[in-house]
Amino acid sequence: MLLSMQGISKSFNGIPALRSASLEVGQAEVMALVGQNGAGKSTLIKILTGAYRRDEGSILLGGNEVSFTMPAESQAQGIATIYQEINLAPQRSVAENIYLSREPRRYGLIDRRAMREGAAAVLRTFNLEIDVEAPVARFSAATRQMVAIARAVTQNARLVIMDEPTSSLDEREVAILFDTIRTLKRSGVSVIFIGHRLDELYRICDRVTIMRDGKTVATSAMADMPKLALVRHMLGKELAAFEAIAKDADESTQRSVRLSVENAGSGVRVRDVSLTVRAGEISGLAGLLGSGRTETANLIFGADRMERGEIRYNGEPRSYRQPADAIADGIGLLSEDRKVDGIIPDMSIRENMTLALLPKLNRAGIIDRARQDEIVERYISALGIKCVSPDQPIKELSGGNQQKVLLGRWLCTDPKLLIVDEPTRGIDIGAKSEILRLLRRLADEGLGVLMISSELEELLAAADQVTVLSDGASVAVLPRKDLSEAALFAAMAHQVE
Amino acid sequence: MNALLKALALRSPGDMARLGVILALFGLILFGALRYDNFLSQYNILSFLRYNSMFALIALGMAFVIMTGGIDLSVGGTAAMASVIAALLSPHHWAAGLVGGIAAGLAVGALNGFIVTAMRIQPFIATLATMLAAYGTALLLAGNQSVSVSYDSGFTAIGQDDFLGFPIPAWIALLAYVAGWLVLERLPIGRHVLAIGDGEATAALMGLKVRRTLIAVYLGSGALAGLAGVILASQFGAGQPTEGVGWELFAIASVVVGGTLLTGGSGSIGATLAGALLLAMVFNILNFENGLGWISLSAYWQSVIRGGFLLIVVVLQARLMSRREEKA
Amino acid sequence: MTTIETQAGANTVPSGKRFFSLAGRYGTFVAFLALILFNVIFTPNFLSLQTLNVNLTQVATIVIVAIGMTLVIATGGIDLSVGSLMAIAGALAPMIFMGTLFPVPNMPVAVALALVLPVAVTGLFGLFNGFLVTRFAIQPIIATLVLFIAGRGIAQVMTNGNLQVFRNEGFQFVAMGRVAGIPAQVILMVVIAAIAWAAIRYTVFGRQIIAVGGNEKAARLTGMPVHRVKLLVYMISGALAGVAGLIVVARNSASDANLVGLGMELDAIAAVAVGGTLLTGGRANIIGTVIGALVIQLVRYTLLANGVPDAAALIVKAALIVLAVFIQQRAGKS
Repeated sequence: MLLSMQGISKSFNGIPALRSASLEVGQAEVMALVGQNGAGKSTLIKILTGAYRRDEGSILLGGNEVSFTMPAESQAQGIATIYQEINLAPQRSVAENIYLSREPRRYGLIDRRAMREGAAAVLRTFNLEIDVEAPVARFSAATRQMVAIARAVTQNARLVIMDEPTSSLDEREVAILFDTIRTLKRSGVSVIFIGHRLDELYRICDRVTIMRDGKTVATSAMADMPKLALVRHMLGKELAAFEAIAKDADESTQRSVRLSVENAGSGVRVRDVSLTVRAGEISGLAGLLGSGRTETANLIFGADRMERGEIRYNGEPRSYRQPADAIADGIGLLSEDRKVDGIIPDMSIRENMTLALLPKLNRAGIIDRARQDEIVERYISALGIKCVSPDQPIKELSGGNQQKVLLGRWLCTDPKLLIVDEPTRGIDIGAKSEILRLLRRLADEGLGVLMISSELEELLAAADQVTVLSDGASVAVLPRKDLSEAALFAAMAHQVE
Repeated sequence: MNALLKALALRSPGDMARLGVILALFGLILFGALRYDNFLSQYNILSFLRYNSMFALIALGMAFVIMTGGIDLSVGGTAAMASVIAALLSPHHWAAGLVGGIAAGLAVGALNGFIVTAMRIQPFIATLATMLAAYGTALLLAGNQSVSVSYDSGFTAIGQDDFLGFPIPAWIALLAYVAGWLVLERLPIGRHVLAIGDGEATAALMGLKVRRTLIAVYLGSGALAGLAGVILASQFGAGQPTEGVGWELFAIASVVVGGTLLTGGSGSIGATLAGALLLAMVFNILNFENGLGWISLSAYWQSVIRGGFLLIVVVLQARLMSRREEKA
Repeated sequence: MTTIETQAGANTVPSGKRFFSLAGRYGTFVAFLALILFNVIFTPNFLSLQTLNVNLTQVATIVIVAIGMTLVIATGGIDLSVGSLMAIAGALAPMIFMGTLFPVPNMPVAVALALVLPVAVTGLFGLFNGFLVTRFAIQPIIATLVLFIAGRGIAQVMTNGNLQVFRNEGFQFVAMGRVAGIPAQVILMVVIAAIAWAAIRYTVFGRQIIAVGGNEKAARLTGMPVHRVKLLVYMISGALAGVAGLIVVARNSASDANLVGLGMELDAIAAVAVGGTLLTGGRANIIGTVIGALVIQLVRYTLLANGVPDAAALIVKAALIVLAVFIQQRAGKS
């Protein structure tokens, strides 16, 4: 056993992120590490590399107890991490990136020939013949990844951790990467492969460790773990009891189609997505991480450019060039990442809530403060936002309350279609069902809701139909009557024929 | 076409830009040589090199700073301060003036490095403040007027004499550029400078000593600015506390025209020199053109033309960058 | 619930962070009061109308330019071209009312044109800055560096570097005139500051500026015209620099393209930084900028009035800028 992590616990500000988690990786073994967002994968890895300190537990590397306090120490012990956003200096050459900070020298000067030949030799072991003096930015993501792996190899890595290495690769590139991983294996290097695309896990990994809620819930040989069981382990069986608030299928099909997307595509993340949202309906959009849900939402909203396919809104073809156009049409998007795409931290609750409404509050350039106050007061009480006053900066609120402010931001524009991307992420359970009930009520009043969610219980409880995405394509549409945990699992595991 | 680019070892849009500036420089020289009688005369070439060496030195230091993604606005003030200190020390020994001037530059560089790395203040603001402080110090030391240098200690030779028929300031600049090229292309720290400009966080993750490298770069820029100040004092026979205004912008423009990306992470020493010479030659040609008597463009056109150059280069850079992003 | 959280948070903040947070909020104002107190005690004749006039007229142009700068910085940008644009406006105005540019029918029209045209021209130059920033996504420092270099050259070329000396009461009213005993430039300063303050607080445009600087991506996702907002702030900054340029030449009865507005970008940025607007954008403290400019002016006055040479004032100013930015950054983090 190369690596053995046992009983690892870690809390942040009293909130447990890991609860006695474990991870074992054998010599020359490819271990899949899977789990939903927040399952604790990245915390576990960061504890291993020394980016975080563990509260409890032990780590054995090659039989020796280790405790790294910073990444440089774990690197010295042969642990290399290849991050999703491949950490290389893009404008520097391939050879330089491989040897940066350990340049071969002669007479005190860099030995360019040794560097060039060394780099070429390492890459050749991966069957990669490229110009090692060209900047890495020139190459595809797959090649860059291989350069990062080559760097790890020249650092004598024993264990290479790959964080979602295939997320931006196409089919052919994935094949090249997997060849590289096999080469690593042959030379005795172990790999921890964090990934979400199930097919890929089955192709390359020997064993799998599944995490959920900060715990290791299953470990097994890949071959002994059927896809369905894997998804079930990841998502959890014990669904929290949400009251069912979805509508009868028959009733909702009567309603007019608000939004229809046909064969939409852009880049590699969204390949072929079709879906519909009716007025008065909550339409769910499900899929594992990396299946292209958020990207689809951005396409519809005009935040990204659509390259292929067609979008119809109230029956009319539409192609929004910027969010402002979609907003003017009565569409809102509650984005997934509150911090990056949502809040403006230093602005007050009032300001944050009325940003999208500003054009309508505009009285000859001046904000209609009376109306603004009235609207903000109304939504603060309607949404139950807990705050000192509307003037409080939004950054001081809890996550749930921030989310409610952002929801209010769209509701006050009186939208006809609302896209909500993980609307209950990072919110406590009480607030969750509150937000779901609210969405239901709005749908009953005629709003079309497209709800992206990773939480099955949420979809089961609230969605009138669910479109399932896998690898950037819609693979199933499940109407209310067919909606069940099993059906969702099956569709996400992409076993629907 | 591709084969040609490959033969010229052109690997990036930055390389294209650098080739462009070198071609433009040769074009300008050719233009001058064909149009004006004395353009390639020994007198014009030598006085051109003698006068512009100071600016070339400052551009060299600036190039390194910009490659890390930073900027050094203090170079003009530093040169002014160094010129005063060198002038004040010149009566003791010519070397005292030289060393004193460089030491003054190093002091400003150290302060810049400290404010940028330890206080984590943007380079732009940090060096803006030290520029004010350097001018203030220069004026205080000089008592608000220029300080005559000693003509007896041999100090004036640094800026005015020739060595092997070539002006000493030009020798100094040449040596500095060769050393700069060596550091950038053949020493690890040079590659680290570029890697840091490519992304500080990534560079740190790859095990580079980011702070130490940044401090070294600001020290280098300060030292070169100090050296330029010494040459200034020696060449004009006086330490000049109010000189150097706008030098930093001339240096930035040279570096940018030389194809170095202002976002950091890319750059070339040779093209920086070409950029500095190109901008200086615009002024030289303007003088000759006026000498012909056909037109009478005032010297004031030079900054308009320099600004125009900068505009063209920056817009081209932006377009190249956005095209690259689209491809990625 | 959140109240409790906030209070609990405040109690557990280490004293160092607390200090920076307080210093960030009130430091400049305290420094301002301290400077006044110091002068009242130590500087002879400080509490006179003349001293007040000197300081206010000195500070008026800095404040006017710094207000434009505050708006630009609030969007996360910077404008280095203001000093050069002042020179352009300062060169244009006398050429217009003296008729060297084009024939003018009569003096009132000429004066009106001399007041309006230069400001319009510098506003257009500002728009050009904004165009470079938005259309080509060039960093603001570099985009405005172009006009920093070329702008003064344009002014020098227009005047051939010559000093323009003039006497024109109508035009010079912007600097020399008095309304109810108050210098016109001071009134102009107060009016511009008041408009900017109200715009930030009460108008849609003001909110857009703050939102764009606070989180550009989120601003775009709420449908804001991010590019238009940026274009406008650079245009305003250019126009205000033009106004300041007019005041400077009117005050001096002369226009020297080599000198008008020289170094103004530094004073303006310093005023903004000392005034508590974060240089990273997302805030616009207009009153802070006014006080920041006053502090810088008072420091200089205090040192001069007490026999410290002007050069030393530069060093103090440098230290002040670094200290102010350092404290703002620390306060912003906590």
